[in-house]
This record gives sequence, structure tokens and C-alpha cells, in this order.
Amino acid sequence: MNFQLTKEQEFVRKMVREFALNEVEPIAAEIDKEHRFPVETVEKMAHYGLLGVPFPKKYGGAGGDHIAYAITVEELSRVCGSTGVICSAHTSLCGWPLWVYGTEEQKQKYLVPINKGEKLGAFGLTEPNAGTDAAGQQTRAVDRGDHWELNGTKIFITNGGYADVFIIMAMTDKKKGTRGGVSSFIVEKDFPGFSIGKIEDKMGICASSTTELVFQNCIVPKENLLGELGQGFKIAMSTLDGGRIGIASQALGIAQGAFDETVNYMKERKQFGRSLSKFQALQFEMADMKTRIEAARLLVYQAADMKDKGLKYGPNSAMAKLFAAETAMYVTTKAVQFHGGYGFIKDYPVERMMRDAKITEIYEGTSEVQKMVIAADIFGK
Amino acid sequence: MALKIIVCAKQVPDTNEVKIDPVKNTLIREGVPSILNHDDANALEEALKIKDQYPDTHITVVTMGPPQAKDLLIECLAMGADEGILVSDRALGGSDTWATSNALTAAVKKIGKFDILFAGRQAIDGDTAQVGPQIAEKLGFPQVTYVKEFSMNEKNITVKRALEDGYEVIQLQMPCVLTTIKELNTPRYMTIGGIYDAVKRDIPTWGARELEIDLNTVGLDASPTNVFRSFTPAPKGKGMMLECDCEKDTAKVLLEKLVEKHVIS
Repeated sequence: MNFQLTKEQEFVRKMVREFALNEVEPIAAEIDKEHRFPVETVEKMAHYGLLGVPFPKKYGGAGGDHIAYAITVEELSRVCGSTGVICSAHTSLCGWPLWVYGTEEQKQKYLVPINKGEKLGAFGLTEPNAGTDAAGQQTRAVDRGDHWELNGTKIFITNGGYADVFIIMAMTDKKKGTRGGVSSFIVEKDFPGFSIGKIEDKMGICASSTTELVFQNCIVPKENLLGELGQGFKIAMSTLDGGRIGIASQALGIAQGAFDETVNYMKERKQFGRSLSKFQALQFEMADMKTRIEAARLLVYQAADMKDKGLKYGPNSAMAKLFAAETAMYVTTKAVQFHGGYGFIKDYPVERMMRDAKITEIYEGTSEVQKMVIAADIFGK
Repeated sequence: MALKIIVCAKQVPDTNEVKIDPVKNTLIREGVPSILNHDDANALEEALKIKDQYPDTHITVVTMGPPQAKDLLIECLAMGADEGILVSDRALGGSDTWATSNALTAAVKKIGKFDILFAGRQAIDGDTAQVGPQIAEKLGFPQVTYVKEFSMNEKNITVKRALEDGYEVIQLQMPCVLTTIKELNTPRYMTIGGIYDAVKRDIPTWGARELEIDLNTVGLDASPTNVFRSFTPAPKGKGMMLECDCEKDTAKVLLEKLVEKHVIS
């Protein structure tokens, strides 16, 4: 057991922290307020290799590992939860299934530009009637001989409005249900019959793009089936196992960011003739917050490490996401409280951080779904 | 154009985090993160910009310091430099600027021919601004300090040299030594891929033996500079703003105050 980061991982933290402080933090409040997707930041992240961290150089990636990737999302989210999830959805939910299930041709055509950040990625599983119950897919893919034809609607798709490449689940054989009846497809935004539907107006992560995807007789080439026919549910579930490391890292970063803001505020803010940092009741709360953050960090890095080592990590990524998300909500709520009235106004970043934290308990499996995954590992399905 | 560029860089304590020991009057270095000296980052960035323009350019970064200064070279490689060399030896410990420039000049000679040597104006820990110019003198090459703008063509280099009240435009030929200031450029970040390559790289360490240097010219004993005492200056008293209705009245009050304090009689 070794709890030290490698030299590479330490340098990744140093680099991403500098990048986040100089390029992301200065505009974080503005893009949140304007609900503006930070296209310029995404271009810079691509340039510095932040959009393909855990993938081999052979496929345009940075040649890093999943701990370095977790650190990347954590450090971005420490100053801006929206920017963190743009990176996470792109890498975990689009890059990863292409890397694991893609053919060599698909990797060259899609994974290389995804990893280089020349193209942005997204993932479409959720539907109006298939959220937590992902098996209730209504999007259909029909074999038309020389192509697949997709019909249906996906909702709440992160990066939806700006992605170039989508990994889409669709029912190919309803009789078989989820086990064998769902398949995955690589869909480009310019395919005929594909369009962006409603753009969601959210409570938090307002600078990220969350949209509906509409498929109306959408024509998808035969060679864009990802993995084997009927393997889609497995692809989706294994992708989400990894995606949860990304969201857990986002939650961890948000919690750390809110904590750091609160430490600084407590040193400066004086009440009853002394700074807030001198009040033991508050000190104890801060000690509790820091302990939870460190525990979350260990869970997140452990899940990432297990993934790198090829171990079964699904229950661990569920535990990491469950705990990190609840920590993010706990810490940001306290952070707002400790800022008093200033915490409730938008001049201080903890207000945004608290709004951003909430979604980490919901997307890529709610906290309740994480408990289902963990319980299934304890008692069997 | 395939240029050979050498960049001299130094690992320094992050001065944002440095405190002075009130008893010993020395910098407390324990637990203070080390960083690439700011002006040196500008030196490397200018070299990298030249490499962006002329991709066959080869950049060697050389640093003198303890073994952990290798981290600085990893950072420079991850930003895009081609090679890093660590000059490190117990015999070099305690070197002042004269002794340091002796060691670095020997290292530069060992690296071989170059077209441009960039060095940061000064390091934030010592603030001397002497090492770069000393290397140039010892090599016998032309130098320009405080470079705030740089341009070049096949034949020569044109730089703007910052002065307190303006700037000089200077044209010079290669090889030359230039010391850089922060106005010159904005240093780039490391790339993630660059980090993974850089950590794997073999970074040579050159000691006094590899440099074939006379031990009487390096180290503490060979250093002509002695620091007798360093101290934190006592904070000055608060200034006083004289605000009167008109300038004449202000001058009158000022005169009274100066007489009162026996500055004038």
C-alpha cells in the first residue's frame, strides 16, 4: 500500500492548478451567471492535453492514468464545477467506451480527435422514461440494410449542445430487453436526422451544456455500431462505473474549493473583536469538513487506482461517488453558512459552489443508485 | 533555421509563501514550495516561441542547485525544452554569483556552441541580477539585459531593453546572451503528455569533475561575497497626508512640520 502520488501525478496537479487559477477561476462567476459554455477554455484544455489524460499517446491521449485524470477533474472543479464536468463527461463517457469497445478504425477516426480535444464528446443513455431505470430505453435502432436508423429522444445530456461525437444507447431488439437488446452507436452531430432539442436551464453547473438529443430517422453508418450488437447495456453500465470516478472527482474538487474559500474568509472576517478562525465551535466544524474531504479523496483515488490496475472497481467508484457527492453538499452548505449573509450573495463563490454541488448527488446515478450498486456487491443481485 | 539555444534557470522558494526567521534573520525554507524562477520562465518561453517558429531549434536548459532541482528541469522539459542538465556538486555549495557563473560558464562551454543564451534577469531569492551578465563576460559574448521585446531574422536579433524611463532598441548578432524580464511574454504551462515524457527522461548531473573546473573558483571559499547579516527592515512610521484648501497653505504647513522635526532650520 502506497498513499503517495507519483511524480507525474504531482506535476499534473501543479499544472492543472496553475491552469485552473489563471484560465478558469477568473471567468467562473461570469460564465455561471451568463450560462455560457466556455468554448475558449475547452480549446485551451485541448491544447494542454487535459481532454485525454488517461489514454495512450498512440491514440492522441496524454499517456497518463486515472488518478491523474481524477486530479485533473478535481483541480478544475475546485474553481469551477461546470468546467470540471465538461472534462469528465468528455473523457469518461465518450473517450473511455471508444477506447475499450471501439475497433481500431473507430479509435483512429473518433478516439484520436476526442483525446486531442479537436472534437468534444458526450454520452446519451437517459430518456424521459428511463433515468435511474436505464433499462426502459425507448430509442430504437432499426437495421435498414446499409445503415442503422435511430428514432427517439435522449434528455439531460451533458455537453449536448457542443459535442461533435455522441455515444448513444438504443434498443435493437425489444424482446431481449436490456440483456442483449440494447446496442451502442457512435453518432456524429452532422448525421442526417440528428438534432439538439431543449436546452435545460439548471440550478447549478450553469456554464455546462445540458440538452435534449432528438433522433428522427437518424441515419447512422453500419460501421458506427460500438462493440457487439446487443452489448449496449453492458457498455453503458461499465462506462458509468468509470464516469462515477469523474463525478466523484468533480464533487471532491467542489468541496475542496468551498473549504479553501471558507478558511480564507474565516481568517479575514472579524466578529466580536476576533476573527472567525478563533472560534472553537467553527474550528471543530472545519476539522470535520476537512476529515470528510480527505476521506472522499482516498476513496476517489483508490477507485481510480483499482481501475488502472485492472481490478473490479464498480462498487468502489460507487462508494467514492456516493461519499464525495454527499461531502460536497455537506461542505458547501456549511461554507455558505459560515460566510453568513455574504455566503448567500453571488459576490462570493461559495454560493455557486453550493448550487454546483447538488447535481453530483444526482447525475451518473443518484446517491440511491450508488447504494443499490454497493448493496448488490454485498448481497448479490 | 536550426538554432541552438541555452536557457539558464534557477529553482527558488515561492516568495509568496516565504517568511523570515525573526531570530536567525534567514529565510525559512522548510515546507516552502520550490518554483521555477519567474524571469527564467520568461527566458524559457522566449526560447520556446523561437522553437514554435523554427521547429528544428534545440533548447537545453541548465540549472545549478541541489539534487531536487531536477524537478525544475522536468518542468522545463514538460513545457517543451529538449534537454535538461543539472549542475550539482557539494563542492559548488555556497557559491556566490561569481562562483556560480564560473560553474555555469563551464557547463555552457561543455554543452557546446550555441546561438542564443537566455537567462532570467534575476532570481527572486537573491535578487542580484549578476549571474547572466557574468556568464556573458566570461564567455566573451555580447549581452543585452532587461529584454522586454525580442524579434529575429536569419542574420540578427533586435531587442528592446527596458530602462526605468524608457527603452533602448538594440540590434546584435548571434551568439549572444540575453537576460529577460516578465514584460517579454507570458510563459506557457506544461502539457500533461509532456509531463509523462519528461519524468521518464534521463537528466544528466554534472559535478565539478565533469565540468573540469578549478575547485578554487567555485563554492563558498572561492566566493568573494560575504553576507554579514540579513535582516527585516523595521517598518516605517505611517506617512502623513497634508490636505489643505490650496497649495500655498499646504506648503506653509509642510514648512512648519519640517522645522518642527529639525529637518530644516
